[in-house]
Amino acid sequence: MVAQRLALTLVLVWLGAGAAAAADVANGRQIVLHGNGHGATPCVACHGADGAGIADVAYPRLAGQQAAYLRKQLHDFRNGLRNSEVMQLFAKALSGAEIRDVAAYYAAQPAHGTHEIADRALIGAGRQLAERSDWDRNLPPCFSCHGPRGVGVGGDFPLLAGQHAQYIEKQLLAWKRGTRDNDPDQLMKTVAQRLGEPDIKGVAAYFASLNPAPAQRITLNDSRPAGGPR
Amino acid sequence: MSGCRTGGLRRRLAWVAAAVAGLAALPHSAAAGTAAGFVPPAESQMPGGSRGRLIRLGEQLFVHSSALRGKYVGNGLSCNDCHLGRGRHADAAPMWAAYAAYPASLGPAQRADRLAGRIQACFVFSMNGTAPPKHSRAVRALVAYARWLATGAPAGVSLPGRGYPNLPPPSAGPDPARGKKVYADKCAICHGRDGAGQRAGTAIVFPPLWGKDSFNWGGGMHRIDTAAAFIKANMPLGQPNSLSDRQAWDVAAYMDRHERPQDPRYAGDLEDTRRSFHDHDCLYGRSVDGRRLGAHASGKPYDPWQLR
Repeated sequence: MVAQRLALTLVLVWLGAGAAAAADVANGRQIVLHGNGHGATPCVACHGADGAGIADVAYPRLAGQQAAYLRKQLHDFRNGLRNSEVMQLFAKALSGAEIRDVAAYYAAQPAHGTHEIADRALIGAGRQLAERSDWDRNLPPCFSCHGPRGVGVGGDFPLLAGQHAQYIEKQLLAWKRGTRDNDPDQLMKTVAQRLGEPDIKGVAAYFASLNPAPAQRITLNDSRPAGGPR
Repeated sequence: MSGCRTGGLRRRLAWVAAAVAGLAALPHSAAAGTAAGFVPPAESQMPGGSRGRLIRLGEQLFVHSSALRGKYVGNGLSCNDCHLGRGRHADAAPMWAAYAAYPASLGPAQRADRLAGRIQACFVFSMNGTAPPKHSRAVRALVAYARWLATGAPAGVSLPGRGYPNLPPPSAGPDPARGKKVYADKCAICHGRDGAGQRAGTAIVFPPLWGKDSFNWGGGMHRIDTAAAFIKANMPLGQPNSLSDRQAWDVAAYMDRHERPQDPRYAGDLEDTRRSFHDHDCLYGRSVDGRRLGAHASGKPYDPWQLR
């Protein structure tokens, strides 16, 4: 009897541990819509319930973004490794578990975009750079890390297809100027520094013009844990 | 039975090609960082008509070699993984330099034929697959693409930027233990801690460096000197020449300590294969952590033409 109870307890503890490790999308939704009740305001105000963001003010689209990438960014905001007054305040008010849940919620939203149509020539130039690039400037194509059409790879190379041009532009400029530097091994920074402003406008317009591919990502290697060493 | 004979002949031809391949895969001896003078034609200059279509197909196969997976390609690599920038980038084994190096005295048809043989060998070793016939559309397309890239290049010349810039070894020899740390710090983010690369959907984005989906023990990159030269000049992507010479050698030595598909020339005796084909800087047939590399296919008759 005692042995049975012990076994049952062990099973329950094991199940509990499993549940603790898995993300709670419903709780993520709760925080997104209503905040967490102790300092984190609802995400919905800027990113929308569907994770669409707001193009004009460069609030990023989060729908369909890799959960591991979102987790890392929230941890980086929390730890002051990525700048943004608003996001730092928000992230500091979230627990690790809440970060995991919010990230899982937005990752699970369908990555449909309103693919933004800009100047065709600009999009064409951006596509050239994204797909083929300019090796004479030691610029690898965006696709070589972010995947074909910028569908995202693992937790370190985010989905770009369908992201707002204003946001991509703002981030690339931040890397170029050194105000954003939370990329692993300075992989993005070194590339951004070699991009001219017309290049940046081009790739931003190109990725924004893409309808994000259905979330079909297989990761052979889950990347380093969120919030771990950069 | 004639099929067997043909197979034997094809096999012998392949080893001749492989011998040529071995030479071509050697890092060239030009000083590191040489600016390549040759510029391949721009994409917009690609001709039209049937020749243009063949060149374009060649470029597509070069970049998306997985289109031939299961047919001629037996792993997760593309030509573009070692010949960066679609075979254009200097110091990353550009195709224009490979073609230019064939002697002028051979004439265009013979030079194209040599390149076709070299490309066949790539399928057998680097792509761990089977060689498409020389006159297959795949080989003709890849040859056409390389020749087009070499438009205007002199014949029989080792152009600056050919191969990978030769990297002298550290005096004390490379240290794989230090290389392991370099790998964890600089390479694992893309190629994965287990060296298996990463995908987006079915597309392989970061190539597998070892294991069943990588190049086999006959591929040029299994040589530590070749890998070190490539790494120094090209890795991490976008940060060429950022590693020290020592780091490049150390991490190349670390990479070579992992198992990969068998050398297709293996005929049942590991020591024999090592003696015959591996008299160079590599760990094939050597003991690493108590296991001999390349011993995994022992005792199994090997048909290089069905290597998957």
